Amino acid sequence: MTSLPAAPGEKRLGLVIDLDTCVGCHACATNCKEWNTSGHSAPLTDINAYQAEQRGVWFNRVFTYEAGGQGGEARTVHFPKNCLHCEKPDCVTVCPTGASYKRAEDGIVLINHDLCIGCKLCSWACPYGAREFDEDEGVMKKCTLCIDKIYNENLPETDRTPACVATCPSKARHFGDFADPQSNVSQLTRERGGFDLMPETGYRPTSKYLPPRPGKRAGAARLAPVEQSMGGGGKFLRWVDRVLSR
Amino acid sequence: MHPAYSVIFFTTASGAGYGLLALLAVFGAAGVLAPHTGFGVVAIGCAMALIGAGLAASTFHLGRPERALNAFSQWRSSWLAREGVAAVVAFAPALVFAAGWICLNDVSGVFAWAAAATAFMTLATVYCTGMIYASLRPIRQWHNALTMPTYVTLGLMTGALLLAPLSAAFGLYRPTFAILALVLVVAGWLMKRAYWRHIDATPSASSLGTATGLSAFGAVRMLEAPHTEENFIMREMGFQVARKHARKLRLLATLCLFVAPFVLMALILALGAAAALPFGVLAVVLAAVGVATERWLFFAEATHLSMIYYGRAV
Amino acid sequence: MFDEPQIDLSPSVADEVKFTTCYMCACRCGIKVHVKDGQIRYIEGNRNHPVNKGVLCGKGSSGIMQHYSPARLRKPLKRVGERGAGEFVEIEWDEALALAADWLGNIRKTDPKKLAFFTGRDQSQSLTGWWAMQFGTPNFAAHGGFCSVNMAAAGLYTIGGSFWEFGEPDWDRAKYFMMFGVAEDHDSNPIKTGLGKLKARGAKFVSVNPIRTGYSAIADEWIGIRPGTDGLFVLALVHELLHADKIDLDYLVRYTNAHWLVIRDDGAADHGLFARDGDGDHLCWDASQNALVKAKKADVTPSVVGEFKLPDGRLAVPAFQLIAERYMDARYSPDAVADQCGLPADQIRRIAAELAEVAFEQQIELDVEWTDWAGRKHDKIVGRPVAMHAMRGISAHSNGFHTCRAIHLLQTLLGAVECPGGFRFKPPFPKPIPPGPKPSGRGAAPMKPLAGMPLGFTSGPEDLLLEADGSPVRIDKAYSWDAPIAAHGLMHMVISNAWKGDPYKIDTLFMYMANMSWNSTMNTKGVMEMLTDKDPSTGQYRIPRIIYSDAFASEMVSYADLVLPDTTYLERWDCISLLDRPICEADGPADAIRQPIVQPDRDVRPFQSVLLDLGARLKLPGMTNEDGSAKYPGGYPDYIVNHERAPGIGPLAGWRGPKGDEHGRGAPNKNQLEAYVDHECFWHHDLPDDQKFYKFANLAYLKFACHMGFLGASDQIVLQLYSEPLQKFRLAAEGHGPNQPPDNMRARVKATFDPLPIWYEPLEESMVDKAQYPLHALTQRPMIMYHSWGSQNVWLRQILGRNKLYVSTAKARELGLVDGDWARVTSHNGSIKVQIKTMEGVNPDTVWTWNAIGKRAGSWTLAPDAPEARKGFLLNHLISELLPTKDGARVSNSDPVTGQAAWFDLRVRVEKCEPGAEVSEPQFEPLKRPPGVAAPPSINRYGAKA
Ligand SMILES: Nc1nc2c(c(=O)[nH]1)N[C@H]1C(S)=C(S)[C@@H](COP(=O)(O)OP(=O)(O)OC[C@H]3O[C@@H](n4cnc5c(=O)[nH]c(N)nc54)[C@H](O)[C@@H]3O)O[C@H]1N2
Ligand SMILES: Nc1nc2c(c(=O)[nH]1)N[C@H]1C(S)=C(S)[C@@H](COP(=O)(O)OP(=O)(O)OC[C@H]3O[C@@H](n4cnc5c(=O)[nH]c(N)nc54)[C@H](O)[C@@H]3O)O[C@H]1N2
Ligand code: SF4
Ligand code: SF4
Ligand code: SF4
Ligand code: SF4
Ligand code: SF4
Ligand SMILES: [Mo]
Repeated sequence: MTSLPAAPGEKRLGLVIDLDTCVGCHACATNCKEWNTSGHSAPLTDINAYQAEQRGVWFNRVFTYEAGGQGGEARTVHFPKNCLHCEKPDCVTVCPTGASYKRAEDGIVLINHDLCIGCKLCSWACPYGAREFDEDEGVMKKCTLCIDKIYNENLPETDRTPACVATCPSKARHFGDFADPQSNVSQLTRERGGFDLMPETGYRPTSKYLPPRPGKRAGAARLAPVEQSMGGGGKFLRWVDRVLSR
Repeated sequence: MHPAYSVIFFTTASGAGYGLLALLAVFGAAGVLAPHTGFGVVAIGCAMALIGAGLAASTFHLGRPERALNAFSQWRSSWLAREGVAAVVAFAPALVFAAGWICLNDVSGVFAWAAAATAFMTLATVYCTGMIYASLRPIRQWHNALTMPTYVTLGLMTGALLLAPLSAAFGLYRPTFAILALVLVVAGWLMKRAYWRHIDATPSASSLGTATGLSAFGAVRMLEAPHTEENFIMREMGFQVARKHARKLRLLATLCLFVAPFVLMALILALGAAAALPFGVLAVVLAAVGVATERWLFFAEATHLSMIYYGRAV
Repeated sequence: MFDEPQIDLSPSVADEVKFTTCYMCACRCGIKVHVKDGQIRYIEGNRNHPVNKGVLCGKGSSGIMQHYSPARLRKPLKRVGERGAGEFVEIEWDEALALAADWLGNIRKTDPKKLAFFTGRDQSQSLTGWWAMQFGTPNFAAHGGFCSVNMAAAGLYTIGGSFWEFGEPDWDRAKYFMMFGVAEDHDSNPIKTGLGKLKARGAKFVSVNPIRTGYSAIADEWIGIRPGTDGLFVLALVHELLHADKIDLDYLVRYTNAHWLVIRDDGAADHGLFARDGDGDHLCWDASQNALVKAKKADVTPSVVGEFKLPDGRLAVPAFQLIAERYMDARYSPDAVADQCGLPADQIRRIAAELAEVAFEQQIELDVEWTDWAGRKHDKIVGRPVAMHAMRGISAHSNGFHTCRAIHLLQTLLGAVECPGGFRFKPPFPKPIPPGPKPSGRGAAPMKPLAGMPLGFTSGPEDLLLEADGSPVRIDKAYSWDAPIAAHGLMHMVISNAWKGDPYKIDTLFMYMANMSWNSTMNTKGVMEMLTDKDPSTGQYRIPRIIYSDAFASEMVSYADLVLPDTTYLERWDCISLLDRPICEADGPADAIRQPIVQPDRDVRPFQSVLLDLGARLKLPGMTNEDGSAKYPGGYPDYIVNHERAPGIGPLAGWRGPKGDEHGRGAPNKNQLEAYVDHECFWHHDLPDDQKFYKFANLAYLKFACHMGFLGASDQIVLQLYSEPLQKFRLAAEGHGPNQPPDNMRARVKATFDPLPIWYEPLEESMVDKAQYPLHALTQRPMIMYHSWGSQNVWLRQILGRNKLYVSTAKARELGLVDGDWARVTSHNGSIKVQIKTMEGVNPDTVWTWNAIGKRAGSWTLAPDAPEARKGFLLNHLISELLPTKDGARVSNSDPVTGQAAWFDLRVRVEKCEPGAEVSEPQFEPLKRPPGVAAPPSINRYGAKA
């Protein structure tokens, strides 16, 4: 139903993305593509595959920004972005067909590709640009939070985690249940000041981002040269007297 | 937003069609227009044709038009579904009303009720169309109090502009029609002017800072897009029209959609029924250009929040 | 009224799951491949694998598109048109191999040197090098010479191991991590994972790099140094530490040659060499006995400063004194170097203070008992938790060898090599310093194998590969006075030298996996011309024959006379051997295999098997039985299992011996590959805790290393801060010994063969007019592309399908450039047209671009209008393989010590130009698709439900 579930579900699944450790390797993007192109939303079509204007369906895209600079120090920040599985997402409610829905039990926002008419309205309603139209199939697709992986009983339990999370080499992505205050994602969000993207939209994203930590400038400003305090004696004197054992 | 021609045609044509149908129904039921088979066939036919062509065009931009019927199911939450339902529901009274008018030359009794229902449903449909856009929060140029009333007003206005020459062709012209058109043109113009002022003056509440949460580190700018070439989101939401170009087009829209029809309707009013046909047709032609331009701008000037992530101002 | 649709939450993923090793880059991660309906469904990281522990990078996750790429070659090709025109006919393998055997057989019968066999980024160099040795040509090398031999050589000549992939920071314990000039490196996933760990633990990560992207983006402190000046920066840190006495002297006398006495006898033939006793053992001064003693003795109290009399009456000083004298000098002070490095002196001083604070105030101790080389037990392992890593930002400069040595000096002074929290060796490293085998190649003769492997380590002028007349033995002039310590050869000089016939002409250039007509070469346009140039007197190509093996329709394919199409990495057996570039980690040795996941659907053969087949056809000794039959009829897997390099030592260390229960050493086991397959395709030995650190002086480890064949003897490996081999070359330049550099090289050898680290201005920079070429120009590896490998990968090319020239916002303003402008970039070697992108995080004197993104139109089966070709570009056109003319001659654009290609010395100027057509320059005639390679589909629907 494109009306949102009346009450928040027992689980609220989502991701935490750590902007302090993401190195921008795009592994989450390609591993997502790899899992999903043969998965629930298969295929993730690529148009103009080997020519100009190549474009394909990607559920996860990694941006790079610079913050600051113009005199001060600039930070480079890699910024992966996929569907945030919002609590109040209009992308669901605007859908005329019921193809777009938010699962009551875990909050995952999904598309039923058999119903979708490809009107694209849901993509207009998503402020985060997280919906992907498959031009070839004429239907909308999007991040499924790897629904066919996280519950998949054909996979060992340790592998039942979203592809992008499992593959992230720098462990900048975390998956879990925000309804559980003790979950890894809830804790990280609390401890590291996890925040919402564009809170002003009122969509209440489930997934959170962790801010880059401020740079460290530890230790003393400089070392005190020894010979000055020794007064004369030559700079090597202190080493002449050292009894070293091999 | 990408100005898709099918959507521009759909919203403008069906808007005019619904406007015309609503006016016919109101004037018919109110006895201002006497039922007349030939006029009925042409005028109602014209309205229906505009609506039908518009609805047909609206399916062109669907990825899966063969599934269009699915679009009626979610009327409880979706303005697009409501629009679809309203459009279909509107056909029922409209057909009864049309039958009465054309076949029986009767607009009384049950047909009057049908006319009232037709007027209501057609306006409701245009209202829904307006709400589809007005409800989209990521697009500040649409998500405002003026979007829906403008849709309804322009629908009625273009309908009124059609009514003048159509009625004149069958000798049924009444000054009321020109007066109504004049009123609607003025209303439309005021609304559109207010709309343009509003979107020019109201900045977005969002920025790359709020979008990325990085504003604490200073101004944020995009260094690298996630992909080399434009993706679906950029092609769909990233359409840009140069400010200078937009200003010219606004002027064109104002001249064709408001100024020229105003002058022409005023002339018709001044010169009487004889002028209604030629000037009316001219007004319709110019207004068609005007409304298409207006609608193109409605899309082209609209910016989508998602484009912030691609380093664009919204 | 509306139910959520029923969706299948547990669809079957695979009919079969197979393990193998990724080869989307040289990092060698373990992968788990899900195969469904005969197609590859999903590739994920193997959680148990020592390298990647379950993760995969962006390239590794795109393996499906590599494997099913339309650009795969399909059948052997023989050139029919002019070289470079891309006109081929498909031929059968028998014909191809017969043709190659015929060409090569004639060379071997007459002059084996006329075969130049060079390989790119492959992982079978122990096979290819051995093959060259059996063939009898000294002209073999892999990519190392243009890659990072500076790092390998500087490490191997200093600490017995190196950055690159032979060591790693102690990611789990380091509290301070400095990274110099790394964008991605071969430890791609381990670095990312390691950085994640450091960040999670709150350790400080400092990145020294002119450009702030990738890893540098998440650094706690970014040091945007001016390219080529790291040596100064590091030596200024050394200066600060020495002045403040923040050095680990105990470590130095225990593990390094700091106390070894160096002869001071200016002008003598042994000036600057170590003082030795009658046994040839190094001497030191024992302060408690006041006597000269053997420096290697335990339980002595060595002096590190002072002047001591040798028995022959001459004076000698400890190496450390030379270090202190040099680097405590004011010319290495932060104030003296700050401007040149483009860094505030205060920042340099602060970094030195931070290093000292962490190394000495935050020392860590592991409660692990261990025994040192002298048999003494210690109850703790002490760690100075400062780790460093460096790569091509250091090595790809012509002063890189010394800069890398300077970094090793810094690490060693802090006592932070091979300790907890520091930089750690991956077995089989550390090796003796320098490692044993010398290069072979002198006296190459028809039908005779070389005495040893073509590549090795020289320790003095006597080891150089020179003919009697002093001319280089090798076509690339490795181990000549141009590059005396060219441990990896000079791949970047092969084509240029062969074309010139300098030092001689060759007959056949045989290459494997090296895109030398495009992104892997310097002076790309020039090289393309050399490859097609004919000698007007004979009408023959100057490089008469080119055989090439590639798996894809790369730019190089068009320049071959004979193309041997390879399999993809998911179709073949491979061996990631301890003899080569294994997957070891600091905690223990490991090796791995690749197994075929699917069978080739084309007429292609694995190159290694082809090479063995060719060897058998040529009757090369190691590849033929006495009766003349092939020794490895089963191809590469047969070789992997049955070949022995030394008794009991073969390509794979695991599951050896008749019963398959011996590791390291053991007779061949015919079921070895099955054992690997059963163990997820890798073997790993976790060292006991007491062997994990101080491996160069850890008795238990040294013994283990002997057993494994890593070392010949279990003696302590003493780190060589002061390098005697370098001094030997210098002495030759000063006029000593029979083997001296030619006069035009004397000054250069004397200057650059300093036994202690030095800094000098990068050569190109010192030779061009800096006013005319005011900017440094660099490339970086994008994390998402491996050189040209990803060119035809539908997913990867979407992410990065074109490159721009990045310019600092400040510099762009000065040059009148804004985003999207087109500009002309000019060097002493040429000029290109590129599009501009501005950024904040780049040193203002530096411009840069992504490496190997520009493609030649038509290559890789991409449509000629692909952005890679129309808008992307190669910086390589600007980089010359030769330095500008000096004294009438042009020498190679390389490090004068190692021959390392100096890609990053490039100097340019950037000028705005009118865009005209928005197309990069130069553009070349589009390449033709090779026969049999079909036009690629315009839509990719991989995974669509049937
Ligand atoms: N994804 C990916 N991984 C790869 C490869 C690939 O093509 N793609 N290639 C593999 C190969 S062959 C190699 S050799 C390794 C190389 O791996 P890296 O060493 O990471 O190689 P580069 O990308 O050349 O990075 C060099 C870095 O040094 C910086 N730099 C340049 N000059 C200086 C300088 O003077 N001082 C300092 N401090 N920094 C400087 C550059 O800005 C750049 O960040 O990567 C391997 N891994
Ligand atoms: N400007 C600039 N140029 C550089 C560098 C730089 O930093 N800047 N870096 C240099 C360095 S360090 C290196 S190592 C070189 C890299 O140089 P190369 O090793 O030559 O790297 P590639 O050109 O990517 O790869 C060579 C070929 O290998 C082929 N190949 C891929 N997989 C297979 C396979 O399975 N079998 C076979 N037979 N072939 C295969 C590819 O199709 C490609 O044609 O580039 C160098 N070039
Ligand atoms: S995989 Fe991890 S590190 Fe790489 S881009 Fe994605 S989030 Fe960042
Ligand atoms: S991110 Fe976009 S697509 Fe995802 S739930 Fe929120 S609004 Fe919908
Ligand atoms: S595109 Fe599909 S999912 Fe999106 S609103 Fe339209 S019907 Fe619903
Ligand atoms: S959760 Fe799954 S579908 Fe969503 S971005 Fe990650 S990998 Fe892709
Ligand atoms: S780092 Fe290299 S070997 Fe490892 S997954 Fe990536 S491409 Fe494969
Ligand atoms: Mo390399």
